[in-house]
Amino acid sequence: MANAPWLLIRLFFNPLNSNNMGAIGAGIAALGAGIGIGMIGSKATESIARQPEAAGDIRSAMILTAAFVEGAALFAIVVGLLDKVL
Amino acid sequence: MKLALRALFLLVFCFALTSLNAQHDDGDHGDHSADDGHDQATTVHESCSDGHEGYDPASVILHHIADANHFEVIHGVNLPLPLFLYAPGHGFTTGFSNMLGNDEELKSVDGYVMNHGRVNRLADTAGDAMLAGEFDVECILHKVEVDTTGKELDTYFAKINGKEYKLNAASVGDGGLLGGGITNFYDFSITKNVFTMLFAALLLIFLWMAVARGYKKNDGQAPSGIQSLMEPFFVFLRDEISIPMIGEKHYEKFQPFIMTIFFFILFCNLLGLVPFIPGSANVTGNIAVTMALAVIAAVVAYTNGNKHFWGHVLWMPGVPVFVKPLLTVVEVLGLVIKPFSLMVRLFANITAGHIIILSLISLIFIFGNNGESVMGASAGGVVGVAFTLFMNCIELLVAFVQPFIFAILTASYIGAAVEEHGEAAHA
Repeated sequence: MANAPWLLIRLFFNPLNSNNMGAIGAGIAALGAGIGIGMIGSKATESIARQPEAAGDIRSAMILTAAFVEGAALFAIVVGLLDKVL
Repeated sequence: MKLALRALFLLVFCFALTSLNAQHDDGDHGDHSADDGHDQATTVHESCSDGHEGYDPASVILHHIADANHFEVIHGVNLPLPLFLYAPGHGFTTGFSNMLGNDEELKSVDGYVMNHGRVNRLADTAGDAMLAGEFDVECILHKVEVDTTGKELDTYFAKINGKEYKLNAASVGDGGLLGGGITNFYDFSITKNVFTMLFAALLLIFLWMAVARGYKKNDGQAPSGIQSLMEPFFVFLRDEISIPMIGEKHYEKFQPFIMTIFFFILFCNLLGLVPFIPGSANVTGNIAVTMALAVIAAVVAYTNGNKHFWGHVLWMPGVPVFVKPLLTVVEVLGLVIKPFSLMVRLFANITAGHIIILSLISLIFIFGNNGESVMGASAGGVVGVAFTLFMNCIELLVAFVQPFIFAILTASYIGAAVEEHGEAAHA
């Protein structure tokens, strides 16, 4: 049973227990979080460069928004964990 | 004073280094067969005399994340916690967790057995003779059974007098919606998380009573001592969270609640970051704790909802009539989903951080082959500790940001509920 097609099918559609899609889903969620937080960081640094006096306000807004974006990504990671548990 | 502080710090540091064993020493049986679709090694313990081999990071990490009925000080030394157990038909069983024996000599009292830190009970099939009185347990066996739907279940057995008895975990509060289920007993004990929550509450009471005393003493004068440490915090909470979100008119009624939410979650997060007693419990990373906090926030917000709030939720003004029923459904779902998101956000952030730090520390044991290779363990130590230091700084940031987010969202839900007519911009 060393044929590649069989192995691929058994990897993704294993009938005995859950397939590995949970981990892949969590990985995609981390991708989304990375993009989101990267955008927040880039806009924040641009704004601080434009107006250094507002650096404190911008920094707090950046950290707050990053936590929200991370929250959304962590929902998806929790669902990925549920795939393993349930 | 400075010398005493340094001596105390040195003592605490040395004490923390004594925990060299990471894993319960009942031995691991090694891999399951290689082609059953498992993507990680499960350690299955199928007889009492299995030797000490291999290291299973997954089970160690899950053991440290989960709640426990005793508080592990260092490996082998447990702080016993009170047990309150109820089995329908057999009544209450109370005592301290050391009545169930310690790690070497396990006991079964009234059918209750300590299984890796949690109290389990012999299933009813064991018979009434085993479900009362005290017996010596030889060991706990771990087998992986496949049930009728093909799902793999971890089942534990207690070996008493040569016979194996199946063990049940406690009934879960949600009736089995998220796995678990209703078994033959309910566990109302003071567990590790409850102990830590009570400890955090005591710390908070001492702290804020000191601040209140300071205010009484310095009436009209500049703040001093602990007052000046806490004042920026609650002035920040009042000026950045309560007043903008709830409004000038109603914020005073809810300010104590917002402050409690913020400081309780903050203290529980910080206690979870400390790696030794009294702090090592993962409180806010327990979904039951965050669910309780979210339910309380939702109850506070919705019981203070005025007529305009419920009017907007159930029959939104300012939209065409044929859209209103749809919006009612959406808004009612939102009433449930918003506290749910509060719960999941806090739980996932804290648990993810703890899992990452535990994984990095597990690198030491993986590289060192669970104590056999000193070179590997040192390499793992260097890498692991460097990354852990970095991760702990991020975790410290998260420990402060998450209570702030919880508080500001709770305040916004309360603000939406108590908002007066004419303040919001109507279509």
